[in-house]
Amino acid sequence: MSKSKESLSELEQRVRSCQDILLANMVMMSEMPAPTFHEEDRVRFLLDRFREAGLDFISDDEVNNGIGFLPGPDGAPTVAIAAHLDTVFDVTDSHALSLGNERIHGIGIGDNSLGAAVLASLPHLIQALEIPLNVNIWFMGVSRSLGRGNLGGLRFLLDNGTQKFDQAICIEGAPLGRLNFSSLAMMRGEIEIAVPDQYDFSKFGVMGAIVHMNDVINRILEIPRPSRPQTSVVFGSLHGGNSFHELARTCTLRFEVRSESDEVAGMIESRIGDIIEEVRSRSGVEISLNKIAHRSHGGLRFEHPLVQSCQDVMQELEVEPKIGPSMSELAAFIARDIPAVTLGISNGHLINTKDEEMEIEPIYKGITQVLGVLMSMNAEGDSQ
Amino acid sequence: MKIDQWLKSNSFHHSNFWDVKQLVADKEKQNLKISLCIPTLNEEKTIGKEIVIFRSELMTRYPLIDEIAVVDSGSTDKTMEVAANFGADTYFSGDILPEEGFKRGKGENLWKAIHQLNGDIIVYVDADITNIHPRFVTGLVAPLIYQPETKYVKAFYERPLAFSQGIRPSGGGRVTEILTRPLFSLFFPELTALMQPLSGEYAVRREVLEEIAFPIGYGVEISHLIDVYTRWGLNAFAQTDLDKRVHRNQATRDLGKMAFGILQSFLNRTQQLGMVEVKSEVSKILRQFQVNGEIIEQNEISIIEEERPPMKTIQGYRDKFGL
Repeated sequence: MSKSKESLSELEQRVRSCQDILLANMVMMSEMPAPTFHEEDRVRFLLDRFREAGLDFISDDEVNNGIGFLPGPDGAPTVAIAAHLDTVFDVTDSHALSLGNERIHGIGIGDNSLGAAVLASLPHLIQALEIPLNVNIWFMGVSRSLGRGNLGGLRFLLDNGTQKFDQAICIEGAPLGRLNFSSLAMMRGEIEIAVPDQYDFSKFGVMGAIVHMNDVINRILEIPRPSRPQTSVVFGSLHGGNSFHELARTCTLRFEVRSESDEVAGMIESRIGDIIEEVRSRSGVEISLNKIAHRSHGGLRFEHPLVQSCQDVMQELEVEPKIGPSMSELAAFIARDIPAVTLGISNGHLINTKDEEMEIEPIYKGITQVLGVLMSMNAEGDSQ
Repeated sequence: MKIDQWLKSNSFHHSNFWDVKQLVADKEKQNLKISLCIPTLNEEKTIGKEIVIFRSELMTRYPLIDEIAVVDSGSTDKTMEVAANFGADTYFSGDILPEEGFKRGKGENLWKAIHQLNGDIIVYVDADITNIHPRFVTGLVAPLIYQPETKYVKAFYERPLAFSQGIRPSGGGRVTEILTRPLFSLFFPELTALMQPLSGEYAVRREVLEEIAFPIGYGVEISHLIDVYTRWGLNAFAQTDLDKRVHRNQATRDLGKMAFGILQSFLNRTQQLGMVEVKSEVSKILRQFQVNGEIIEQNEISIIEEERPPMKTIQGYRDKFGL
C-alpha cells in the first residue's frame, strides 16, 4: 500500500511537470465563450488537441460534441471520459482570465472550463508521462449540457453513437474530492405568467404578474416534502416587470425539483401543475409551465468497484471524498446502465458568478486522481 | 504607387502561418535563435497567462522561441514574482548594463533587452493583452523566417476595448488616426501603409535593433519606423493582422501625453533629416486643464523624450557580442 501511495505521489509530481500544457489549455479553453448551444470554438480547440496527441477516430457531430479515441490492449474494457464544454455565461461577457500565483480568476472556470481543459490535456499527459493503462478510452467533450441543453450532447452521443462503454468518468472543475455516483430525480421548469392586454383589473383586483407569481411560489412551498427520500424545490431565478411604477405584465420563475425518488418528484411536479391550473382559473392571467429538463433517479451502490476504486485513489492522495448525488452527465450514463462517477479537479470559489476563481495547486492532485482511477481499471473490467 | 505593391507582398494574416511545425523547421534550418521580450510595469493580472501560453505553445510543444524574458521598469505589484513562477526569465531593467544607468520607460526596457537577450530575432509583446494567443508571436516572426529581406514586422488588429459592460467592437488607435497617420501623410507617405504604427507588438532582426536609437518613452515606435524606413526602405517592413487585441482603454488625457511624446520624437527625427526646421527651443511641458467647481485648473506635465543611442555603440554590448 505504501508503495502505491508513493507511486501516486510521484505521479502527481510528474503531472506537475506538465504545468505549462495544463495551464495554457485552461487559459485558452476558458477564454472561448461557450454558452449552451454555442460550443463550436471549444470543440475545434479540443479536436486540435486530440489531433496533436494522435488520437484515433477524432470527430465532431451535428450537435457539437467532440470525441477522440485512445486504444488500449486487445480485449480491454472501454471507458468514456466526459466533460461538458458549455458554461452559463453569454458570449458578450468578458471571458478574460487572470492567472495569479495561487489562483485563476475568470468566469466559467469551475463549471466547466477547467474540466474541459483537463479533458484536452489528458491524451497528452497519458502519453508524455507514459501512464500504464489497460483500457480503451473515449475522450468526449460534450455540448448542450446545462440548463435548456438538458444533457443534449451526451444523450445524442449515447443514443446515436456506435461506441459501447463499460464505465464512464465525468470530469467537473470543482470541487476536488467530489465523488458522485448517483443521480437524483429532477425536473427543471419555467413558469411564465403574462397579464393579457384586455385584463379586467376591476374584476380580479389591481395585481400584476409578480403578485400572481408570489402566490404560485407560496403554494409550491406549501407542498409537503418528505424528509426521506430527500426532496427539495430550488427557486433559481425570478424576473418580472420593467419599472418602479407600472404593474408587471410578465413574470418568469425558473425552478428545479430534486428528489431521491422518481415517485416523489413526479408527485411534486403533478401538484405544481394543479397549482398553475388553479391560479389560472382564479386570476384570469395566462400562465404556463414549460418543462426544461428531466432526470431519473438511479446510480451505483456504494460497494460498486468503480466507486471503491475512486475512494481508494482519493485516500492514497489524501483527498477527502465529498459524496453526494449529481444531476450532471452522470445521469445520462446511469440512465443507460453504464456505471459512472463524477470527479472534481480543484477547489473553486464563487462558482458561476463573475468573481469565480479556482485554486491552482490542487489541480495536479485532481488530475492524478483521474489517472489513478484509470490505472486501477484492469482488463477484466468492473461490472455493475 | 509603391504602397499598393507593398500591401500585397508584405501584409499578412496570422492564419497564413498556422503551420507552426513548418515554422520551427525553417527556423532551425537557418539556425536562428528567437527571443521573446515582454516589457512590464505593474502587469500582475495579465503576465501569468502570457508566460504560460507562450511557454506551452511555443517552447514545450513547438520549440519556436528560445527564451522568454520579462524586462521590468520597477513594478510595485507581483509582476516579477508571477512571471518567474510560471517560468520566465525576469530582469529589472536597471540591472542590465548598470554602467549605462537606468531610465524609467518602456523604450528603456526594449533597448536593454537587446543586450540581455541572445536571439537573432527579438519579438516584443506588450503585457496588457487580455486575449493573448500564440499568434501574437507566430504571426510576427514568420515573415522574418520566410522572407530574408524582411527586417521589421509590425502587428495590426481590430482593437476592441474592454469595458465593464463587455467588449466594444472598435475604437482603438485614436492617436494613430488623429496624429501619426496625418504626420506620416505629410512627411513619409509610404509609412501610412502600416495599419497600426504604434502597436506594441513587433519582431525585429538584431542586425536592425542594434543599429537604431531608442527613445525611452512614447516615441520609441514612431522613431523606429522612421529610422528603419530612411535606412532600409519600405520593403524592410512587413505587417501581420493578428485579429483582435483586447487591452485596457486609456483615458483621453493619457492619450494626450502619448501624443505629446510622439510629437517630440517626430520633430527630433524630421529635424535630423532636415525635413523641418524648429527655430527655437520647444517646451517639454504638456499643459492640460480641468474645471474644478468654478475654477479652471492647469496641470503641467513634464514629458521629456530622452533617447538611448544605438546599442552597437555601447561598449558592454560590443564586448558581449564580440563586435
